[in-house]
Amino acid sequence: MTTFAPAEVEVEEPLGVDDPEQDRPWVVIVWNDPINLMSYVTLVFQKLFGYTLEHATRLMLEVHHNGKSVVSSGGREKAELDVARLHAYGLWATMQRD
Amino acid sequence: MFQSRVERTPAGGIRLHLADDERALLREVADELGSLLEEAPDDPSLRRLFPTAHDDEELEREYRELTRGQLDAGRERSIETLRETADRELLTPEEADAWLRALNDARLVLGTRLDITEDFDWDAFDASDPQAPEIALYAYLSWLQEQLVEAM
Repeated sequence: MTTFAPAEVEVEEPLGVDDPEQDRPWVVIVWNDPINLMSYVTLVFQKLFGYTLEHATRLMLEVHHNGKSVVSSGGREKAELDVARLHAYGLWATMQRD
Repeated sequence: MFQSRVERTPAGGIRLHLADDERALLREVADELGSLLEEAPDDPSLRRLFPTAHDDEELEREYRELTRGQLDAGRERSIETLRETADRELLTPEEADAWLRALNDARLVLGTRLDITEDFDWDAFDASDPQAPEIALYAYLSWLQEQLVEAM
């Protein structure tokens, strides 16, 4: 195994650019609840995010077994839109900074 | 052969083989859910319809301002579609989607009232239980929603 390591490269940390919090992406989390059907949750993930049946099923099972799953991520506006779309389908979704 | 009572048509619509009393029940569910949302939007049984998006109060307030109007309008539309198409044999994909949402909203309200949990004991169903009608309705709506999802 080898890695490509260029010498003498100064890496400037992109800190302090306005508000560093603004740059941190948000994650959208779906939580387990005892009412929503597993098949319905899978279908909603496919419909809203265009996920394959396989991927949507994996996320649904993660929600079911682990209590929650990150289903999408992005800037605040995108995350809020995704949360609202999930809320429109009655899923228990929240968002937080990654 | 057992014929599924909810099936997908070659054109992508949904064909429903439901009895008249089932359809009357669905209209009633749509009516009740619609009036509850309109007349008592703060009823505790509606809390699962409006989950919070943010832990932070200020961010949550902004989220509500931004989305609540659209979410309410979307709910009203899907409930209205269920009410108006309850007698139809054939649903367009859009109407079937509205059924899914409205049925799910009804289940969220009923499930909250009944305090449904993961390990709710369906075998312990007792017809003399004062909540028996609501439990039976919840079970029926769950069955119908499952059939719709499978057909879609």
